[in-house]
Amino acid sequence: MDINFTLIAQALAFSIFIWFTVKYVWPPLLSAIEERQKTIADGLAAGERGRHELELASHRSTEVLKDTKQQASEIIQQAEKRASEIVEEAKNSAKEEGDRILAGARAEIENEVFSAKEALRQNVAQLAVAGASKILRREVDVNVHADLLASIEEELK
Amino acid sequence: MAADKELTPSSYIEHHLTYLTTQVGGNEGAFWTLHVDTLVTSIILGIFGLGSIWLIVRKATPGVPSKRQAFVELTIEFIDNEVKNTFHGNRHVFVAPTALTIFVWVLLMNTMDILPIDIMAWIYKHVFGLYYWKTVPTTDVNTTFALALSIFFLMIFFSIKVKGLGGWIRELCCTPFGSNPLLWILNLLFNFIEYVSKPLSHSLRLFGNIYAGEIIFLLIGMWAATGIAGTIFGVFLGAGWAIFHILIVTLQAFIFMMLSVVYISMAHESH
Repeated sequence: MDINFTLIAQALAFSIFIWFTVKYVWPPLLSAIEERQKTIADGLAAGERGRHELELASHRSTEVLKDTKQQASEIIQQAEKRASEIVEEAKNSAKEEGDRILAGARAEIENEVFSAKEALRQNVAQLAVAGASKILRREVDVNVHADLLASIEEELK
Repeated sequence: MAADKELTPSSYIEHHLTYLTTQVGGNEGAFWTLHVDTLVTSIILGIFGLGSIWLIVRKATPGVPSKRQAFVELTIEFIDNEVKNTFHGNRHVFVAPTALTIFVWVLLMNTMDILPIDIMAWIYKHVFGLYYWKTVPTTDVNTTFALALSIFFLMIFFSIKVKGLGGWIRELCCTPFGSNPLLWILNLLFNFIEYVSKPLSHSLRLFGNIYAGEIIFLLIGMWAATGIAGTIFGVFLGAGWAIFHILIVTLQAFIFMMLSVVYISMAHESH
């Protein structure tokens, strides 16, 4: 238990060791550790960001899917509507066409009837005139009664 | 063992507890004695411990660390954490590296205690030709006092640096009882006792624990000299005490480091 010069020598050694540690041992490791901590923190942040983005993307994809489904069903609905419209139109136009054809046929028939009547009337008039002229041959001069004959003919038309 | 002396219990203990000394600069007198064994062992251990950490740290990468680097990082982060909880300033400038130095150095010096004393004595004698050589530097009160007094002076240095000379003297006079002039003497006395007791308890705690451990090893060694039964019991007791000593050695190094950090942090804070 004797205090002697060893104490001073040891204190000197101690201070040299402290100086060495402060200058050469502590800083490089500290900087390495701090840099690693920063890298890890960055990595964790990036991971968190990625997860968030994934969540957003999945959210968006379901949204898009939903929209698409809705659109598809709308399109199908429209197509069905259009198809029934087309059928309806076709029916209508067919009916119209039929009507038109029917009307044309009727008009033609009427026409025919009319011309037949006309021809008949003409024939009747001629017959009448011929009959009358046969009856009136002697009394009727074609030249004298030409205007009379014409008016009769006119009336019979 | 003492080959040239009669082997008695007291000569055995004396042999193991005697320093290899030299006189410094041709001066006579008790103070100018130098314990060569203490000094050489401690410096070798310091260079070994801090040097190997330095070798590893020199190539430290921020990426995936090697196993050795990871080990050093574990140690350093452990110490850094302890310092962070106690010292609230920029610890990286001085306090944390100092704590590392103390821990590593004191731990290695304490660990020398676990080396088997008689085998080491044989090696010192037959390999190096040294009859007296104390293996454990921390069983030399000069070592523990050197560390504790260094911390003591650092304490005063930081007190003055942080609070200014006036602030420090004011604190000595006015705390802990109050700034009434009547209490100045009492305060001064109180602080004086505190300042004296700090390095004393700091150094003697370490010294006492390790020295006592060394004495126990010596006693166990002596028992082994009594015969077969003593040898067998000595082996088991010695092994048990050595295993227990692993704890004491580490604990004492840790306590010494923590107290140093606490004292230096207290110097930074005003009451």
